[in-house]
Amino acid sequence: MLAEFGQFTLILSFAIALFQMVIGLLPLMQHADKHNMLSSITNRAAVLQAILLALSFAILLLLFASSDFSLKIIVEHSHSQKPLFYKIAATWGNHEGSILLFSLIISVLGACLSLFGGKLDIKFLSTTLAIQAMLAVAILGFIIFTSNPFERLNIVPIEGNNLNPLLQDWALAVHPPLLYLGYVGLSIPFSFAIAALLTEKVDEEWAKWVRPWTLFAWACLTGGIALGSYWAYYELGWGGFWFWDPVENASLMPWLAATALLHSAIVMEKRGALGSWTILLAIVAFGLSLLGTFLVRSGILTSVHAFAVDPERGIVILAILFYFMAGAFSLYAFKSGHIKQRGVFAPISREGALLLNNLILSVMLVTVFVGTLYPLFIDAIGASKLSVGAPFFNQTFIPLAVPLLILLPIGNMLPWKKADFLVAMKKLIWVFLLAFATMLMFLYLTGHRDILAWAAVLLGVWLVFGAVWEILYSARFGQIEWHLALRRLFNLRRAKFAVMLAHMGVGVLVLGLAAMSAWRVQNIQEMTVGDKMTIAGFELEFDNVQNQTASNYNEIVGNFTLSKDGVNLGNLATAKRRYLKRSSPTTEVGLYNHYFGQVYIAFGVLGENNKVQLRAYYNPLVLLIWLGPLLMMLGGFLSLTDRRGRKVNRAALKQEALHV
Amino acid sequence: MTRKQQRFTFIIVGLALLGLATGLILTAMEDGISFFKTPTEILTQKIDSQKRLRIGGLVMDNSVKHQGSLLKFDITDNRSELKVEYEGVVPDLFKEGQGVVLEGYLSQDKIFLADSLLAKHDENYMPKEVADSLKAQGHWQDDDIKAKAQKVSE
Repeated sequence: MLAEFGQFTLILSFAIALFQMVIGLLPLMQHADKHNMLSSITNRAAVLQAILLALSFAILLLLFASSDFSLKIIVEHSHSQKPLFYKIAATWGNHEGSILLFSLIISVLGACLSLFGGKLDIKFLSTTLAIQAMLAVAILGFIIFTSNPFERLNIVPIEGNNLNPLLQDWALAVHPPLLYLGYVGLSIPFSFAIAALLTEKVDEEWAKWVRPWTLFAWACLTGGIALGSYWAYYELGWGGFWFWDPVENASLMPWLAATALLHSAIVMEKRGALGSWTILLAIVAFGLSLLGTFLVRSGILTSVHAFAVDPERGIVILAILFYFMAGAFSLYAFKSGHIKQRGVFAPISREGALLLNNLILSVMLVTVFVGTLYPLFIDAIGASKLSVGAPFFNQTFIPLAVPLLILLPIGNMLPWKKADFLVAMKKLIWVFLLAFATMLMFLYLTGHRDILAWAAVLLGVWLVFGAVWEILYSARFGQIEWHLALRRLFNLRRAKFAVMLAHMGVGVLVLGLAAMSAWRVQNIQEMTVGDKMTIAGFELEFDNVQNQTASNYNEIVGNFTLSKDGVNLGNLATAKRRYLKRSSPTTEVGLYNHYFGQVYIAFGVLGENNKVQLRAYYNPLVLLIWLGPLLMMLGGFLSLTDRRGRKVNRAALKQEALHV
Repeated sequence: MTRKQQRFTFIIVGLALLGLATGLILTAMEDGISFFKTPTEILTQKIDSQKRLRIGGLVMDNSVKHQGSLLKFDITDNRSELKVEYEGVVPDLFKEGQGVVLEGYLSQDKIFLADSLLAKHDENYMPKEVADSLKAQGHWQDDDIKAKAQKVSE
């Protein structure tokens, strides 16, 4: 009965979304005196629609939590002996549930906008909500007509098939919702962009509204991607963190577009320039989110990450993608001529630097796009079957990323409108020397001799110090007395610190990548109990093998003692697990943190005569690879808490213009 | 600086970057791409041993041997069989009767030296390319393969 009620609220939510879309578009054609009434109806519809959908999703959660095996997807993806947390996570560990979550986020974000967007122009708000509703209609229609999560079975089995064991993991339970918040979060900038084109209202005010929503989506996307990467690192048992796999690229593409959008919106907000470019980016960013959803859901590309794949239903997502993008681009072609261009600036200026950032990010995006979709294209024209591997992406992506990162701290020091490159460089000379000294110290301490890795470490340190220096410079350290500067530092806007955190995160990430690609150590050895293995100065002793049983799996655990220079560092265990109802085993890895590096062990093949294969790695500074994105994400959220930055401040803008 | 000059500068910079990217893409295409072949194609066509290949097939029953860290097995597309040697991480889902995708180079004596072995996260997985090539050759029997996978897993 509960399932039918969930189905009912789902359909009701669809109907209300349809209604919201129609009413929301009316103010575009109607006289202004009716706008208030129409808009308040749209607002309420948005909230009601989200509540109904949330109810429907909550019911599905409840059914999963109580293991109701009369529902098809619960039988296929859950099991009664599984911990409650994974029963709940199984709700979005399948196609139907995850698409329902996707549409839920669309609706909830729409409802948030209708609740907090009161200061927006009425016509603009109602158009935005209508576009948001149009998205909801498309996705909900897709669910209701092809992917009903509440489908019942005629014969009710007593037990389910269990969730794919690899998904029974905390990181992967949290990863999809976070990633979806990022993907779908970009729907709001998209709706804003379409509404701006329809109402012909593209200005600084618009950029001010777009920025926090983009920031939110970007921060979630950053976190989601990092979490997925960490999961792959320890769960797939081969210690890699990024494979340039199509599914990973599918999330990287919207991230690159969102990063570009974030920066171009700053130019638009502060200087009124780059209006039509920013609109285009907002459209493209969400288009890439939909493309990512399509690539992942359809399984059209061979990927190690693809779960819950269904090619036929994938086609429907492609149709939705095509409809929204064709519509958006036509509208853009038709209307973008009306966008006023303001804010002239010299090539060497903050605007120029941010524009260069955008151009480079876009070109990086193009290379990932080409590499990811080229095999599909070649296959479609029937020429041959091929795959594009990691070397392609390393050779195209990195040469473009490096200049962008080198220029980042310099661009940050440039003033608006017109700047002098040499003056900015002079301000940074000490930062560079300090970075260089740090690199030399690093080399001296580690004794590595690898010129490319040196350069990469220098780049990472340059970014970190550059980010710190930027904020110290804003507080005028070195120009005024230090205690005055310190006071200024505490009074700086939170957004300033947010920028520092995010850019520092990039540097930290670069350091991690540099260390991992240059100094990773690996050792594979066949062992029996009592054997020893050394890796990067650590010693591993094989203590014993145990068989263990948990509620939903059996495992063979190998226990090792880790020591360094004769000092015992504790026990490290790796295991092969076999889950109930699922024939395939999984590997559990053993990890030991050593500063920011990790000792990583995993069982390879369990051979005969009590011989096991052990793979051990020493991964230097590997934690920085996820610490970096974490800092970026924190920066994003910190910036969101800075309300001062978002109040419209035209007077200050004018004054600034006079002073420059 | 007038608006026209401004736009001109940016268009030039944009085009230069795009040109650079095109150059990078074209050079990277040289060795970043591997062509998909079936075991039959490998054995019947003339294959350049310098060329990176991607091969899909089913792991033959009773063919898997471990020699130290070296893994030897045969793969089949139900028409031809190909010997494979692989050294590296063996995915948990690798087993006889299962579909796999390999990447690497063909040796002079027609042994495929793989440096990457892909078996997927799902036990009913058949790599898309393998499924396509089996279908193309009329060997596609969905139930048969599923039953086989089931049997192996039991």
